[in-house]
Amino acid sequence: MRASRTGNIWQNLDWPTIGLFLGLVLFGWLNIYGASYTFDQTSIFDFSNRAGKQFTWILGSLVLGVVLLLIDYKTYDVLAYIAYGAMLLLLLATPFLAHDIKGSMSWISLGPVSLQPAEFAKCIVALAIAKYMGRYEYKIRTWRDLIVPFAIIGVPALIIMVLQKETGSALVFAAFLLVFYRQGMSGYVLWVGVAAVALFIISIRFSAVALPLGSGSVGVLACMLLLTLVEIYFTCKENKNGLLWLILTGSVMLVYGIGLVVNIWIQVPFDWLSIGVVVALSIYTVIESLYWRKYQLLIVALFSLFCIGYTQACDFVFTKVLQPHQRIRIEVLLGMKEDPAGAGYNVNQARIAIGSGQLFGKGYLNGTQTKLQFVPEQDTDFIFCTVGEEWGFVGSVIVLLAYLFFILRLIVIAERQRTIFNRIYAYSVASIFLFHLTINVGMVLGLLPVIGIPLPFFSYGGSSLWGFTLLLFILLRLDVARTEQLR
Amino acid sequence: MINDPNDSRKYVISGIAIVIVLVYIIRLFYLQIIDQSTQGQADNNALVKQTIYPSRGLIYDRNGELLVFNQPIYEVTLTMREMGANWDTTQFCRCMHISREEFDLRIADIKNRRKNRGYSRWTPQVFLSQLKKEDIAMLQEELFLFPGVQIQKRTLRDYTYKAAAHVLGSVGEVNQNDIDRDHYYARGDYSGRDGLERTYEQQLRGEKGVEVLMRDSRGRMQGSYQDGALDRNAVAGTDLYTTLDIQLQLLAEELLTGKIGSVVAIEPQTGEILALASSPAWNPKVLVGKERSKNYNTLLNDPLKPLMNRATQAMYPPGSTFKTIQALVCLQQKAITPNTLYPCSGPQSSPIKCTHHHGSPVALGEAIEQSCNPYFWCAFRDLLQKDGYGDENEAFRHRYELWREAVMAFGLGQRFTDTDLSEQSAGSVPSTKLFDRIYGKTGWKAITIRSLSIGQGEILVTPLQLANQAAAIANEGYFITPHLNKNDSMSTHRHELAIDTKHFAEVKEGMHRVMKYGTGRWYPIDSIECAGKTGTAQNPHGKDHAIFIGFAPVENPQIAVAVVVENAGFGATWACPVGSLLFEQYLTGSIKRTGLRKKMRESILNESVQNW
Repeated sequence: MRASRTGNIWQNLDWPTIGLFLGLVLFGWLNIYGASYTFDQTSIFDFSNRAGKQFTWILGSLVLGVVLLLIDYKTYDVLAYIAYGAMLLLLLATPFLAHDIKGSMSWISLGPVSLQPAEFAKCIVALAIAKYMGRYEYKIRTWRDLIVPFAIIGVPALIIMVLQKETGSALVFAAFLLVFYRQGMSGYVLWVGVAAVALFIISIRFSAVALPLGSGSVGVLACMLLLTLVEIYFTCKENKNGLLWLILTGSVMLVYGIGLVVNIWIQVPFDWLSIGVVVALSIYTVIESLYWRKYQLLIVALFSLFCIGYTQACDFVFTKVLQPHQRIRIEVLLGMKEDPAGAGYNVNQARIAIGSGQLFGKGYLNGTQTKLQFVPEQDTDFIFCTVGEEWGFVGSVIVLLAYLFFILRLIVIAERQRTIFNRIYAYSVASIFLFHLTINVGMVLGLLPVIGIPLPFFSYGGSSLWGFTLLLFILLRLDVARTEQLR
Repeated sequence: MINDPNDSRKYVISGIAIVIVLVYIIRLFYLQIIDQSTQGQADNNALVKQTIYPSRGLIYDRNGELLVFNQPIYEVTLTMREMGANWDTTQFCRCMHISREEFDLRIADIKNRRKNRGYSRWTPQVFLSQLKKEDIAMLQEELFLFPGVQIQKRTLRDYTYKAAAHVLGSVGEVNQNDIDRDHYYARGDYSGRDGLERTYEQQLRGEKGVEVLMRDSRGRMQGSYQDGALDRNAVAGTDLYTTLDIQLQLLAEELLTGKIGSVVAIEPQTGEILALASSPAWNPKVLVGKERSKNYNTLLNDPLKPLMNRATQAMYPPGSTFKTIQALVCLQQKAITPNTLYPCSGPQSSPIKCTHHHGSPVALGEAIEQSCNPYFWCAFRDLLQKDGYGDENEAFRHRYELWREAVMAFGLGQRFTDTDLSEQSAGSVPSTKLFDRIYGKTGWKAITIRSLSIGQGEILVTPLQLANQAAAIANEGYFITPHLNKNDSMSTHRHELAIDTKHFAEVKEGMHRVMKYGTGRWYPIDSIECAGKTGTAQNPHGKDHAIFIGFAPVENPQIAVAVVVENAGFGATWACPVGSLLFEQYLTGSIKRTGLRKKMRESILNESVQNW
């Protein structure tokens, strides 16, 4: 029986995913060689350099992958909570065992190699979440049902952020929001998360322009307006009143359209106009809610007021709470400070590296930006620069599309699972990869602040490669077993 | 699972992934395809273009003697950006043998954008230039201590002989005009400023090379870019073989010591210039390197105008030397025959008196020998009046035009356009228009312009034209444009005089007799028969100019010369011996008449002629 099941593993394995995995790992390895290539270096297998070391990590990850496929799929379900507890202990212990690497306390030395437990935490948290939310009786009905899942992701995230000072690794746990969403959490939470980030950025970006409200400007107000409309949309949808939303949106757009036309002859004070529109919308929704006795609409009015308060809070957080280096990173990203030699150096050099690649790139090993070490961290967090410079637009797009297909394939795998445990775990894997891709490439392209998290399979490093291998191959093992699981 | 109310959310999540990747692809498209600025920024970051300077072509004389060569000099450059915090300025100053104050001053100058327009922290800036090997030896050893410091090797001109400064010209730094005109040049490059260095600049300069190096983020050089695919080797300049005979040139300059004047010697059959000397001159070495601008200014402000190449630029009335042309033109235009006799009354002659004592009447041969002024006046008058004057003077004017045309065929009154001599004056053979303007159309007759008959008046020639005229007579009817490049035979630049060969015998015989019995009889050379004509050109500014033209030997002439010594007096006394010594040097290879040589060398006619 056991032998035939092992035979089934190879038959039922999702080979497209394996193919994409191998392709990305190998191409990543080539680019690590390119990024760390210097002139006196000869072999890609030279173990004293990073490409050579990565080769050993890759071999290790393949072995790990095979081992994971051979383990009984039930193990993961059984061990999920125990592993989670053990992981929390390890994370707590790490700062005491670790030595300081560039301010980070997340590395444990094991002889010649260093391991980063945080990279493996993602996988274990995913299993724990899958186990908790995959229970037969579990359903997201109210926000109370989400307390435990949030705790499961929140505790390790806090340990990593506060004790290990690895903000990037901690932020990755936000990826689980997508999983919760798939499992029935209101889209609201996702939206509020995105809106909060957008408002934060915009209120800082435009805070230099003083307004009667203390902080904010046209941009802030326009954003608030947009958020209010979306807020009304969600409320209207819940009450099946789409027409109301269309009328409100239409009239707001009409007001701005007229404003823009009038602006040709007379300068229109858009800031005051925006305040007026927001206030008018609030008053309207209050009257509506009272008239139709739909008190949910009152929330909308409250939301508008909350936005105004929130922008004030952002300003406070930004100037008073954030550390100076964090503030500078954000300021440079938002174009508020030109600092090509200082905090903006990485981003600027990355932009030059990618931009100078043009359509077809400079050719493998011919990138001057990366070869001459103008881009810091070019074989880890900024590895995508090498792709951009040496393989050009064509190569970069191919890599991005490979990731996209990879993630979409994971979603396809997730959707064909027969157990909720499997599906939640699969979505966790897809979300984590998507989050890493988004943050890492967004940072390299200068669209997001510099947050140090690796590009899956590409960035140099054993911990991250093995962490991602663990995530992926557990999923593949579960996928193979889906036919055996009845439900 | 069948009735999952959230089933459609898989599309939302997939959609989020697709939108993010799409946004990133758009961003990539903007960065890599639309925004073209990053390519240049990447090159600026990484690539350093280092110019490789070619060695400038050498200059030789006609016998392969090296005249001009290159000496290495060094230039120390600084790249400010690469000078780290640990840069030991004190030690650097010690290596460069300068004081701290000098260092600070120089750095301030480099950073001053008004003085240094191309200043950039990122590129090498010249800190000190034109250093000798000794000056940089110490720095070279400790170069590794000073990041950002580079030593560039350049070359400067050097000269074997203290001679031929005017002909060779000099090399100097290019100015903004040169850079704008020819994009080959960059700030700090050198180019030929005058003389042969300028004429043959394209040939001598060669082709600059470039080495594209890569520099890493810390400014360390990391070898050549694309394995040197963009590198270009420097191509050395091509050597120039001149027609000069340096021994003859040295002698000419020696004989001009303490005098203002010039000497031109030409090989008649080829038009090759054997010597071209102008005095006062300078030692070519002084217009090289650090001292160049200071010395150049001294020369520029010298009231004797040493920078002017008198051999090609100064204009004098030819005086009696013009009688040779006069004789040939009159014979050709049938105004006289060799046997035509004209009377001479010596100092009592009218309208032009004779300065020599001889029998009367005289025929052509004796007239040349004795430089009889009345003879040439009569011949000139008969030539111009051959057809009478005509109603409106037109017959006379036509004759004058014919005469002028014949004279100008000797190369007078115009620049040689087909030559490599850079600085020339045209001289002047007056046109009918000029006389019309002065005297009115019918207001001038032969008697009005009588001075022309003996090479005075409105006619002006350069020493080069005089030498060329001598060569044309030696060749019996043609000349090759005088030139300085030995490799260009110039045989196509043959100019015919349109004077029949038979007429030359008489004139050459006359010139031979000048050297035997006439004004040149004091300077015979053993075994060599010379021909010549002296002149004593009156000039309104002072003492007469001494002039001599001639060639030797009379049969099959090898050398033609012209000598002008300004304000010296008799041509026979001051110019003729110089010509004679040049003949001896060129034809025998040495000077036996050492007394004459010494006398000429030591005769200082003008105290203010500088000896460089």
